Amino acid sequence: MFRRSRMGIVALIATATMLVGRAAYTADDRNPLAGDPKAAKAGEYEFRINCALCHGLGAHGGGRGPDLTRAQKKHAHSDAEMFQIISNGIAGTAMPANGTNGQGVGMTDEEIWQIVTYIRSLEVKAPARALANGARGEDLFYGDANCSLCHMVEGKGGRLGPDLTGVGGSRTREAIIDSVRNPSRRLAWGLSEATKEFPQEYESVTAVTAEGKEIKGVALNEDSFSVQIMDANERIHLLDKEKLRSFHKSRESAMPKYDPDVLSDKDLEDIVAYLISVGAK
Amino acid sequence: MRGRIRSSSRAKEPRTFAFPWKSGPFRAAFLVLHRTMAFRPCAPEGLKSVEMKRARRGAKAPLYRHRMINSFLLLFVVLLGSAFQASAQVTFERLVNSAKEPQNWMTYSGDYSGKRFSALDQINLTTVRTMVPKWVYQTAATGKLETSPLVVDGILYATAQDNRAFALDARTGRPIWMYQRALPGDIRPCCGRVNRGLAILGDKVFMGTLDAHVIALDAKTGAVVWDVVAADYRTGHSFTVAPLAVKNLVVIGVSGGEYGVRGFIDAYDADTGGRKWRFYTVPGPGEPGHETWEGDSWKTGGAPAWNTGTYDPGTNQIFWPTGNPAPSNRGEGRAGDNLYSNSLLALNADTGKMNWYFQFTKHDEHDWDATQVPVMIDTGKIDTGGKHLIAQADRNGFFYVIDRTTGKLISATAYGKITWSDKKDADGRPVANNQASPTLEGRTVCPGALGTTNFMAPTYDPQTGLFYVTARDQCDIFSTAPQPYEAGHAFYGSAYFPSEEAEPYLGFLKAIDPATGEVKVKFRHTSPTWSGVLSTAGGLVFSGDAEGNFIAFEAATLKPLWHFQMGGAVYAPPMAFAADGKEYVAIGAGSAVYAFGLP
Repeated sequence: MFRRSRMGIVALIATATMLVGRAAYTADDRNPLAGDPKAAKAGEYEFRINCALCHGLGAHGGGRGPDLTRAQKKHAHSDAEMFQIISNGIAGTAMPANGTNGQGVGMTDEEIWQIVTYIRSLEVKAPARALANGARGEDLFYGDANCSLCHMVEGKGGRLGPDLTGVGGSRTREAIIDSVRNPSRRLAWGLSEATKEFPQEYESVTAVTAEGKEIKGVALNEDSFSVQIMDANERIHLLDKEKLRSFHKSRESAMPKYDPDVLSDKDLEDIVAYLISVGAK
Repeated sequence: MRGRIRSSSRAKEPRTFAFPWKSGPFRAAFLVLHRTMAFRPCAPEGLKSVEMKRARRGAKAPLYRHRMINSFLLLFVVLLGSAFQASAQVTFERLVNSAKEPQNWMTYSGDYSGKRFSALDQINLTTVRTMVPKWVYQTAATGKLETSPLVVDGILYATAQDNRAFALDARTGRPIWMYQRALPGDIRPCCGRVNRGLAILGDKVFMGTLDAHVIALDAKTGAVVWDVVAADYRTGHSFTVAPLAVKNLVVIGVSGGEYGVRGFIDAYDADTGGRKWRFYTVPGPGEPGHETWEGDSWKTGGAPAWNTGTYDPGTNQIFWPTGNPAPSNRGEGRAGDNLYSNSLLALNADTGKMNWYFQFTKHDEHDWDATQVPVMIDTGKIDTGGKHLIAQADRNGFFYVIDRTTGKLISATAYGKITWSDKKDADGRPVANNQASPTLEGRTVCPGALGTTNFMAPTYDPQTGLFYVTARDQCDIFSTAPQPYEAGHAFYGSAYFPSEEAEPYLGFLKAIDPATGEVKVKFRHTSPTWSGVLSTAGGLVFSGDAEGNFIAFEAATLKPLWHFQMGGAVYAPPMAFAADGKEYVAIGAGSAVYAFGLP
């Protein structure tokens, strides 16, 4: 009676997996709390504790996570899909699965539905800035506005500044506009080392070597003893601080400040429309 | 890799008797005798104790006689050490007199006082520039490696994440045994699956586990000798702390302030695992301090005890610090001071009865656990005025000096950026202002929730008379988010976010004068680090950084003299030991333990 065919065991495991999988995937296809204002309020608090670090207070997008107040979302359309994403995360992105951030067992199903309800209560239905012209924005990005000298989108452009392929999906329109008008207000994040708490930021660096050669650029990485710099010609300089004649770091962004007289509101709106169209892909 | 892996009993192999003058304690004793008898100035090599140095400096008796006496004393001690090597028994007397065995590091902080100071000085201001890595042990653990190794008689004992424990040949880094606990899938660690180290007593090492057990392992094999359940992990209890062995007891404090546990400190019989006493850090009905909790809030009051305390053999008192009240960032519903959260407790080691307490932050709403190592200060350059002191650089941004006989505050001085307090009460204790409480909209408060310092072990260097601590300047936006208590689920009651206004966040190594509270010297790291700090008789202070460097500083100036890139951020404190007469400094970084020494 203990002999069971290998195929039988495989079939049994497969069935069990399907059953478990199915139970996990479709426990509640429909949000049982949909439209419940009390659930939305509870969800707001849960959101603050679990989501706001990346998605921002009020879900308007933060440093890492996209603006969730947009009705059009990249990964989730139905409530059930949103539930799945909160539960399981999104592979290949910074979005973690529930309970995997080292903070214990994570949220209950009910708490996840509360968050879904909260996000739905925030959504802005009208599409943003329908009048902006993304095609014209692309021309400006690669042409007169000079963005592509330093920024890359979909593999085309420069390397000195951050790659902007995903920025339209992860940042709000307002945040993108602000970072063009006031690039130094909040420096972009660069390299994130696996075990380090803070990512490297796009800080401007001026170093003078022992021979008197001045090197200006952006810090790719830095510690107390060495610095790795990319200059405007995309050359990488590897320097030991103790060997330098001088070393100066600045939180004044290497990106020029684009005032409205340099780049009109209309032009900027078109560029943002282009970035959002790429980021939403 | 799950389960326990044991190798053959290599630990039993005698290895110091082949050429006694060339290795082990004999060589050390030989060097000491040779040097002092011959009237030579101290060579940079060889072991010598800080006591000897001090005797030399202030010697009233003829120098020669002093040296002789000290030499013979040290020879006796070192030979005694070699005798212990055969039995490998770590007695309570050895722990009390750990200063006589500078080659060993037998408690979390190196001694009962919490100084994290090593009397070894082969590695010193001159020789440190030649220091090299001697070995690396890969733990294969992921996440934050927070362990502080122990070394006894040539064997290094340490832990890693997910309740790994291992014993290594301290000279080579080669494993003697490895243990890993099979943990349930639904454990509830607060902040990573971490562990900060072991305690050792007799022939056993002791570890608290993430599923809230306390276990004893055979120090020679890693086999489980006893395993007791301290609490239910399903309700958020866990252990991350290195226990402290006192007399025949294993003292340990629980984690779980993020889950609304009722905190406690336990003492277990080292032989049997039987619980000898428990001190609940949140008083129950009828107990003094219970009135500082609103309604039933004491039942979920937190006040965990997740960092290792210290012990005063003179008064038989254990000094153990406690963590935040729960929910951590919302005071509504738990009106009152919330004793004994965020406090330093003085407990009778035999009974667990409290002699006194000092609360650093009353009614905390910022997650400012006071779980920093409390360091006893009697010796060194500072004049204690006959008082026995205990000092703590607190997470709330103030450096406190307390009379440890009475528990009375002597001084409290800010050592980092703070906005939560601008006045002190009649006792001199900083009190919160009206801009400190979290609000629904969010309010920026300094320090942030991670604190001016955190669990990273500090050091007190009796040679410089300075207290060295890893510090950060970071402010957070604290925003309330009311949550009902649900057993086993996170219970924060608030959310906090790094405040952009305060960017960039600054990280420092700061040297504080305990006599004045003044920051005498500081070194600014590239970014905030979680590394602990070690001081040694070699005139050095060691620490690590978030960028993966291990750095040796001149203790007096905090000028970096040497560094090595270890390839992973540091979350652990350094320690020092000697094996075969050679000094090593060890630290965890990334997934590995590194040992450094002279070429």
